[in-house]
Amino acid sequence: MADSKTPLLDQLETGPWPSFVKEIKKMAPEKPAAQDLLGQLEVSYEEKKGHWKHGGIVGVMGYGGGVIGRYSDIPEKFPNVAEFHTIRLNQPSGWFYNTKALRTICDLWEKHGSGLTNLHGSTGDIVLLGTTTEELQPTFDEFSEQGFDLGGSGSDLRTPSCCCGMARCEFSCFDTMDLCHNLTNAFQDELHRPMWPYKFKIKISGCPNDCVAAIARSDFAIIGTWKDDLQIDQEGVREYVKNGLDIEDLVIDRCPTGALSWDGNELKLEGKECVRCMHCINVMPKALRPGKEKGASILIGGKATILQSAFLGWVLVPFMEINKDNDYEEIKDLLDKIWEWWDENGKVRERVGETICRLGMRNFLRAVELDPIPQMVFRPRANPYVFWWPEEVK
Amino acid sequence: MAKTDIGPPHYEQMLPPIIKENYGKWKYHEILKPGVLVHVSETGDKLYTVRVGSPRLVSIYFIRDLCDLADKYCDGYLRFTSRHNVEFLLSKEENVEPLIAELKEKGLPVGGTGNSISNMVHTQGWVHCHTPATDASGIVKSVMDELFEYFENMKLPAKLRISLACCLNMCGAVHCSDIAILGIHRKAPVVNHENLKSACEIPTVIASCPTAAIRPNPKLKSVEIKEERCMYCGNCYTMCPSIHIIDPENDAVSIWVGGKVSNARTAPMFSRLAIPYLPNNPPRWPEVVDAVKHLVEVYAANAKKGERMGEWIERIGWEKFFEISGLEFTDKHIDDFTHAVTTFRSTTQFKW
Repeated sequence: MADSKTPLLDQLETGPWPSFVKEIKKMAPEKPAAQDLLGQLEVSYEEKKGHWKHGGIVGVMGYGGGVIGRYSDIPEKFPNVAEFHTIRLNQPSGWFYNTKALRTICDLWEKHGSGLTNLHGSTGDIVLLGTTTEELQPTFDEFSEQGFDLGGSGSDLRTPSCCCGMARCEFSCFDTMDLCHNLTNAFQDELHRPMWPYKFKIKISGCPNDCVAAIARSDFAIIGTWKDDLQIDQEGVREYVKNGLDIEDLVIDRCPTGALSWDGNELKLEGKECVRCMHCINVMPKALRPGKEKGASILIGGKATILQSAFLGWVLVPFMEINKDNDYEEIKDLLDKIWEWWDENGKVRERVGETICRLGMRNFLRAVELDPIPQMVFRPRANPYVFWWPEEVK
Repeated sequence: MAKTDIGPPHYEQMLPPIIKENYGKWKYHEILKPGVLVHVSETGDKLYTVRVGSPRLVSIYFIRDLCDLADKYCDGYLRFTSRHNVEFLLSKEENVEPLIAELKEKGLPVGGTGNSISNMVHTQGWVHCHTPATDASGIVKSVMDELFEYFENMKLPAKLRISLACCLNMCGAVHCSDIAILGIHRKAPVVNHENLKSACEIPTVIASCPTAAIRPNPKLKSVEIKEERCMYCGNCYTMCPSIHIIDPENDAVSIWVGGKVSNARTAPMFSRLAIPYLPNNPPRWPEVVDAVKHLVEVYAANAKKGERMGEWIERIGWEKFFEISGLEFTDKHIDDFTHAVTTFRSTTQFKW
């Protein structure tokens, strides 16, 4: 189109994958902010750079987080995105919705904002993309009236998220959705009023497949596991083999610890050698199931690059019972101890994993009252630069 | 005045009756065909799931369309996945095909299950962030258009996760994906000494640098950047608007491979640098699309059944990966940050 105002973006309306440009264009006739977002984005595509001003501190009364302020750096050209703030709404556990709830979100956002959203932000929140400072409080008031609260941002507890767990997965070792909802509510103050050295994320996966990437994307990862042997239905295994599964190549040889063997009729498990990686269960879900003594492993320290490179979470508690009946007391108790130590010792903008690395696991373990065990490391240290506690020497 | 600290709506209100009744009772599941799952309960109940691709950045009209379909076929319930796909939850098998037909009509792709390329986890880019070195939505659309067949079928050796972050804050999953696209800068930032003292907290700026390239300049009440120590991470810009890192001439895209988060077979792995530089070329980023497609095809042709990208590369060795993929190995690929030596080859075992 020769007279198009967005010739570059228009090219992203073609092709089979659903187009975000079409989505913005759907809102443009109704919302000048969407029209100007498109215009400014076209300029970014021409110039190969963003056009948002640095930072922006806005929010709602009573909270210190939940809103990401954003201002255009070319407001004279695009006055309707001069202010274009994002509101993070706390998603329900597992991202399940009834259509009434989703329609309520749409109606309120049509009234107060750009009509554009992200479903969902990487941390899990419902992201309401673009409104003015003036609209923030009225938007929040109406959403809270309808039972929705803000999610986290800044140096606070960010919005916890979880996999769909027992709602729709036979692998789940505990009720991820209930735990996620419970922790979110128990720590509303920590979530809404930033008071820590930096952000802190909790993610909850029902099994080691880790469908919410808790080990990589949360400071405190709760990952389901079991203590006894996995459950084997021999008839079910034979059925897989009969139907053509190359069990030797695809299951036995792929077991990371060689814990499985197949004699042509029965699958044998050396239970003590199993590291619960999920591979055999993933391949034969009709025949194999996690054990019956279920709980979770807790891993600490996962984060992205800044500042000391990315960390994957590492084992802090190999097995914890996930106990709904005592209101998840053990987990909350551990979180309280971690936060108290980190709040006291963490530097400004230092993730808990970095604080632990700077001050040493031994100091951290003492503070949170956990004993060191071999499961915490891949291998022991190779250097002799070993610290001793004063009480250990004469 | 709003009620505060009420938390999210309770998930129980959001569950279809069939899930409420079979909560925690699921026995096994099967992938019936790409994009369609069935979960079978101990009670004998069957739950059908139809998974649908979404651009993540969606309008309220998109959401209302989803609601209309969910009302018609799913008793008014649906969910979103951790990769931003939409899942329709059906208690009636006879509704599956009519739903799929209507999704097709609306241009919504069904897939993303099993050994496929599911949706790309991605970030804000030029749509809403102030620190990006590239866009997010535009590259994702371009890559997914090109790799669309892999979303709709399950012919890869294993699942293949692609993700994108528009700067090295790496919001999302870039550090742990089979293929990752990452926006990068390549030039030290420029300091605006005039307004730094009023806009920025100098000690915080100094502490924000991973390589200690920033030192105070008391004379100017500002900071100096030692350019030869700077690797353009942009974290000082995050802390201080008077330090300018965005540079359209040199900002670019890099490609990383071999990461995973699941514990199946092998431990979780970080993604590692495969291509240090590709140009920012909107609106379709052809160089990036070609590179990603090439990596997918090389992996598909060479990996064993069930083997993730990182597992394949670790088995054959990285020297072999560079040979097979034809990618150039440069000094950029050799780590030079803290503990870099742990990534060097301390053995005589290698392939020619």
